[in-house]
Amino acid sequence: MTPSDLERVYGALAEHIDAVGPAKSELFLSKLALLTAREIGDARRVLTLLDEARLNIDAAD
Amino acid sequence: MRPAGRGDTDSLYFTYPHFDAPADRDALSNPAPIAIVGAGPIGMTAALGLAREGVRSVMFGAKPTFNEGSRAICIARSSLYIFERIGAVAPFLEKALGWTTGRSFYRGSQILEFEMPDSAQEKYRPMYNLQQQYIEQFLWDAVKRNPLIETRWQSTVEAAEDTPGGVRLKVQDPHGSYTIDAAYVLAADGARSQIRKMRGLRLKGENYEGRYVIADVQMPHDYPTIRRALFDPDCRRGATILIHKQPDNIWRIDYQLADGEDEAHAMNEGTVRASVTAVLTEIGYDGEWELEWWSIYSANTLALDDYRDGRIFFIGDSAHIVPIFGVRGLNNGLADAHNIAWKLAWVMQGKAGEALLDSYTPERRGATLDVFANATKSARFMTPPTRGWQVMRDAALNLALSHPFAGHLANPRQMTPYTYADSPIVVEDDASFSGGAPAGAILPDALIGDAHLSDHLGDAFSLIVFDQALAKAIDLPDVAVIVLDTGSKAAKILSAGPSSAYLVRPDLHIAARWFEATPEAIKSGLTHAIAGVERHDPK
Repeated sequence: MTPSDLERVYGALAEHIDAVGPAKSELFLSKLALLTAREIGDARRVLTLLDEARLNIDAAD
Repeated sequence: MRPAGRGDTDSLYFTYPHFDAPADRDALSNPAPIAIVGAGPIGMTAALGLAREGVRSVMFGAKPTFNEGSRAICIARSSLYIFERIGAVAPFLEKALGWTTGRSFYRGSQILEFEMPDSAQEKYRPMYNLQQQYIEQFLWDAVKRNPLIETRWQSTVEAAEDTPGGVRLKVQDPHGSYTIDAAYVLAADGARSQIRKMRGLRLKGENYEGRYVIADVQMPHDYPTIRRALFDPDCRRGATILIHKQPDNIWRIDYQLADGEDEAHAMNEGTVRASVTAVLTEIGYDGEWELEWWSIYSANTLALDDYRDGRIFFIGDSAHIVPIFGVRGLNNGLADAHNIAWKLAWVMQGKAGEALLDSYTPERRGATLDVFANATKSARFMTPPTRGWQVMRDAALNLALSHPFAGHLANPRQMTPYTYADSPIVVEDDASFSGGAPAGAILPDALIGDAHLSDHLGDAFSLIVFDQALAKAIDLPDVAVIVLDTGSKAAKILSAGPSSAYLVRPDLHIAARWFEATPEAIKSGLTHAIAGVERHDPK
């Protein structure tokens, strides 16, 4: 994935989060996570990614 | 603004000159070929560009001195070439601080370090930092020794009426008022352009939410010339801060105001001092510092629909206002001035068709719209406009702490010169090339021995070829022919074959290129680039 591909995904995510609204964005992102996991097709890899996403999560406080 | 007790031009490091209004009143109403309204960096660059082509101008500056603050401080590589072409580059190279590196931080941790494109083939660095009043000083030093430019300070243009052959300006200065006729007018009178208002024209576009205070401080801070961006720092939660080094130990600190933050309060000297102290603590500086100057801005993307109104051309901020994130306000304005100067001169001298002037808006407004697209992306990261962009921005920053790839989403889009691909005077790019720079782009530079390709260019058009026989077959007025070796680095950079040719305009943009050139094609390419005037050898 090129930097500009990543940027396109980043922008589309931002727009979709806005479109579904704050009350539904968690639901939306969780659905997306499941869809992405199925595409990846490797449960162990997905679980590692979950751990990576947890890293530094408190830094945003 | 400046600290209490100091006047508008009472700087810690810069001595402002004082310019009087014209004392000799006899010839004030003599017609001028070109009137330039505004004597800032854009107006002066236009005047020098015209003078370079042998065209006389009268320039009106409303104030008795230069801009009172440091304001625009980043000069892009392309602007250095403009200063070189107008004979003013030397002092810039001596004083300005060149830089290539930027660092971004999130919560005190570095998440990105980026390098702007640079190499030994380049004559200039990608960016230079220099306070605007030095930029004006260095341009003024060139203006004042040029006999083709007459500058009238403390002179305000109060009306601009069309006449059959031009524009009649009404000018007011401390001694009185008078009218002056000009064949053409360049409106370089800034973001609050009075000419624009007088002509009933309006800037259109968007205003963004983010407001920034920009403060200059003087301090012996030991850090290289690297642009720092602090996202969501401890000292200002939710805000973005930019830090730039300037000459004379001056540091620019831009910090974003929170949504509800009162502007008047934020601009109080005490508030500014406290905010600066907090930023300096954040970056680990605990030494002495002095406050020099501060101001406030918000991010806008606004432009005129047409940069031309009859015989008036808008250049610089009078035509467009862009967010500062991409450092394109000043640089874009300089390119406007450089673009219109040669075109006006060539039309006035009968060397080009009138239609050449109609290429100004598509080329330069196109550049502005390109800036808007990039600046909008930057603005979305720096000051997320909605919750969605905020959520994603925070996610990218947080992820960047462990995964550097996400840090690249924080990469600011710096100035890259615009390619005039859709210009009416640029020949459609030759698809036979498999690289190089396309028609409409700025000519890339390359080392040729101890000098650069740009050092070999002519004063007007230049034709770069790689074949002696082709060079001998070309004899066009105002076209300098440069023959390069097919094995040279320049040939490689231009992806040129043995019979290729690049036709380069006076403003260093590529008018046309041919992978397999013929003298006939080159001749018609030149005719296209000067809007239909057939040029014959005067011999």
